Amino acid sequence: MTAYTLYEKLWNAHAVAELPGGETLLYIDRQILHEVSSPQAFVAMREAGRQLRRPQTHIAVADHAVPTRSPRADGIRHGTIEDAQAASQIAELETNVRDFAVPYADLDGAEQGIVHVIGPESGFTLPGTTIVCGDSHTTTHGAFGALAFGIGASEQGTVMAAQCLRQKRARTMRIELSGTRHPLVFAKDIALAIIARIGADGAAGHAVEFTGPAVRAMSMAERMTLCNMMIEAGSRVGLVAPDDVTFAFLKGRRLAPKGALWDQAAAAWRDLASDPDAVYDRVIEVDVASLVPQVSWGTTPDQTLPVDAALPDPAQLAEGPERRQAEKALAYMGLTPGQSLTDIAITHAFIGSCTNGRIEDIRAAAAVAKGRKVAPGIKAIVVPGSAATRAAAEAEGLDRILIEAGFEWRLAGCSMCVAMNDDRLKPGERCASTSNRNFEGRQGPGGRTHLMSPAMAAAAAIAGHIADIREFAA
Amino acid sequence: MSQPFTTLSGKAAPMPEENIDTDIIFPARFLLITAKAGLGRYAFHDRRFDADGAEIPDYVLNRAPFNAAPFIVAGANFGSGSSREQAVWAIAGLGVRCIIAAGFGEIFHSNCQRNGILPITLPADTVAELMVAAQTEQSFAVDLETQSLTVGNRAFAFDIAPERKLALLNGWDETAVLLHQYSGAIAEFETRQKASAPWLYAEDDAS
Repeated sequence: MTAYTLYEKLWNAHAVAELPGGETLLYIDRQILHEVSSPQAFVAMREAGRQLRRPQTHIAVADHAVPTRSPRADGIRHGTIEDAQAASQIAELETNVRDFAVPYADLDGAEQGIVHVIGPESGFTLPGTTIVCGDSHTTTHGAFGALAFGIGASEQGTVMAAQCLRQKRARTMRIELSGTRHPLVFAKDIALAIIARIGADGAAGHAVEFTGPAVRAMSMAERMTLCNMMIEAGSRVGLVAPDDVTFAFLKGRRLAPKGALWDQAAAAWRDLASDPDAVYDRVIEVDVASLVPQVSWGTTPDQTLPVDAALPDPAQLAEGPERRQAEKALAYMGLTPGQSLTDIAITHAFIGSCTNGRIEDIRAAAAVAKGRKVAPGIKAIVVPGSAATRAAAEAEGLDRILIEAGFEWRLAGCSMCVAMNDDRLKPGERCASTSNRNFEGRQGPGGRTHLMSPAMAAAAAIAGHIADIREFAA
Repeated sequence: MSQPFTTLSGKAAPMPEENIDTDIIFPARFLLITAKAGLGRYAFHDRRFDADGAEIPDYVLNRAPFNAAPFIVAGANFGSGSSREQAVWAIAGLGVRCIIAAGFGEIFHSNCQRNGILPITLPADTVAELMVAAQTEQSFAVDLETQSLTVGNRAFAFDIAPERKLALLNGWDETAVLLHQYSGAIAEFETRQKASAPWLYAEDDAS
């Protein structure tokens, strides 16, 4: 009997037709829409006079362009948005969801949040499904054993109308995580270390599946962080096979199956795990016990080092792309070759995003912030990934701990992960950030980003410079 | 319909840099614009213009003949990062119709083909050779039908999936093609899936 990987099982279960030339017409079970990447898809629908084939397989939300503050005491954002373009983009989404009967998580409602946070929270994200979104970090949903990937606006229109996409099957890569990690080494550190090892295009063309005891021991939040970051290694797909942790997370969520359907679904989901003798095109082994907290220093996510390391000296590197990139990155980042990472002073700290905006991330930041103060002159913001996350954190009193320490406590949104809302860096400003991309200008033109875990970002905010959380906590 | 792609000739703008991501190609702050047309002025914006909006004269796309080049030759992993199709619309707005690199961000690659832009993947050493040809202002010519790229007196073959090639040659709207050819297969799939995984249809039925 043929043995299949999780990816192959998901693929085969959604193949509508094999197309000439080796591509497959793949059925798409779920699509998430947001205000920034969907407008042109809706325009195409209108121009062609098309309707959504299955509107109820969609969910829409505004997250990227939204401000994370409101002048109103009740936190309502409708009617308060100063940026006319952002307000108009959100209004356009609201018109589109009304005209096309798409379920919508209202900007001021209890389910608003970042696409990749609210999908899982609402039970919209389910194992065994195919999920797309006009956002590259759709890899996140793979943590549930869903085949989830980012697409462009044209493809969104195709899914709206046909519930299908033409796709080429990826090669498979297994990343086996073994060992027990240091309690202050998080999924973010593991993801960054993997990207640094294999490169920013190291998983291109591959669907990555995480296996091994260190993955099984992870919460859903940590699995989501891992899968989320795989696009930064060039992979459109990150996967973890569903297990009891997955089912415990999903059971009872608003859109998760109920009653007999839950039992039937859970039984099917258990069969998704890769067969024991399934063959992968590549296998990488990572002993997480050997890892220390990681920090990016450059302008691609693979330019990442252990926090106790010194920056590279291009003069010591052989002539070639790596040297060229190091020179360019050090110049953009305003850093000195050979400098210690922990000597780098910051101006901002950002805790949030689809990578690290969940309740576990806010808890980790609050644990560091408790009883301490943000260093003078540092602007530190904590942005929950969703309204529900914000409410959960407030119920635990985490907001009070963070505010007391000098952090700003914001409304849900993508915020400073992407420079298209009010939260941006100015040229030369430097941010300890829990987001996913340290690209040039990602947090604002001329802004400088250092990627790290929430605990590390909170520690940097308090120290005023990049700090090793392991020493900091002692 | 996108503009059919058959043949193309002209100069190539050299971008000898790896990992030119979609934030470089189309900075996020311009994503607040919801139009598809007219985005060329924002392409590579923060490389082309200084903080005051003045052209940076040294930048390749601000120099003749590269400011009107229909080709780009770039380092590996071009178009990595976000899924924003604006990156492709902006490049198209510059008049570029063909990009040659040793590898592309996958979503960007797919977005190109949906918008009449031909992404050509060639081995790194070939791209290095073409980079020199671009820098020395040699003329590039591509014929999609024969899958051939000609630079000076040298010809290079490239791969493309047959269906993608047909779609590019004809400028087909993929949605229309799928609806026309596969409506029956899609409906049959849904019937089968609804029987085997009925929980995926609970919301359709409830609405």
